[in-house]
Amino acid sequence: MSTLTRVRNPSTRGLWVTGIVLALLIAGVGSWYASAHPDGLEWSAEQSGFGDSAQDSVAADSPLADYAVEGVDDGRLSGGLAGVIGVVVTLVLAGGLTLLVRRRPAGSGADTAGTPPATAREHG
Amino acid sequence: MHVPDGFLDTTTSLSTAAVAAVGVAAALRGARHELDERTAPLAGLTAAFVFAVQMMNFPVLYGTSGHLIGGALTAVLVGPWTAVLCMTVVLMVQGLLFADGGLTALGTNVTLMGLVAVAVGYGVFRALVAVLPRTRAGLLASAGVGAFLSVPTAAMVFVGLFSLGAVADVPLGTVATYMGGVHLLIGLGEAAITVAVLGAVLAVRPDLVRGARHLQAAVALAPRAHPAPAVPTGSDAR
Repeated sequence: MSTLTRVRNPSTRGLWVTGIVLALLIAGVGSWYASAHPDGLEWSAEQSGFGDSAQDSVAADSPLADYAVEGVDDGRLSGGLAGVIGVVVTLVLAGGLTLLVRRRPAGSGADTAGTPPATAREHG
Repeated sequence: MHVPDGFLDTTTSLSTAAVAAVGVAAALRGARHELDERTAPLAGLTAAFVFAVQMMNFPVLYGTSGHLIGGALTAVLVGPWTAVLCMTVVLMVQGLLFADGGLTALGTNVTLMGLVAVAVGYGVFRALVAVLPRTRAGLLASAGVGAFLSVPTAAMVFVGLFSLGAVADVPLGTVATYMGGVHLLIGLGEAAITVAVLGAVLAVRPDLVRGARHLQAAVALAPRAHPAPAVPTGSDAR
């Protein structure tokens, strides 16, 4: 997507690049050091005796299931790679969605004539 | 707090999916007024950042862990409607790609961590901002309390859903005690991370924090500079 090219304001770009680098470092490197204990809900479910009722998600066969890349044996690399993929996919989807939803600058409605079906359906 | 498949029955899961759908539809309309050319990429960044930080489970007592939800943080940074969209994208990516949180439970997770966490986090934030001193410290305190309360509240809403549609037959009081207790502790982590991240962004670009708009005028008119809060520069620690 053209998410990157939209960032024209250089002062915004500084924060943006810093944030992305941080997110990639946290997901790609830092996540290896995250606590592996069950989370609050899992733990509560085990303690109260309904942990067994959890079922595998349909997505359990995903090549990225449980934050590991299928076929990559090294745990640190596999988890880090999964984290980086997740950050990038989230960035593209959320950035793309918010760019679609955003308020267009006044007068640009005529300029975006290349995408009439989407705007034509809007009544609001 | 990602709810897996199987905890809640079909009726309850369908109901929360409907609630989530209505909430997201409202957010698609509401976010239009929060987003422009400049803020949309920042919203994408915020979602990616929340995804990353959610991978960082921190230890809690009794061999338990927790992680940031990020509803309050996102709402203060980019606005509540946009926050609902960001949280929904994060939860969909986690559920679909990483099998983190069930797919029939996706509506439940969007309801708990998208709608409830954002509404409570942002609602408390706005209420406190209105009464606390209009300073950076006041803003951070408001966000911290909102973030803290958002976690046990979402946990208790899960308990409420569990009372309506639990698959397993276990005493509700037990579930409520464990869920409430551990999520009060996780809420402290939520508040700490929210305040640290928000403090760091406020230190460099307060103009990009949507929830800090009321500070712009106040800071410009302030008779003396407020000392910057002691934000640990964790970004330098690698």
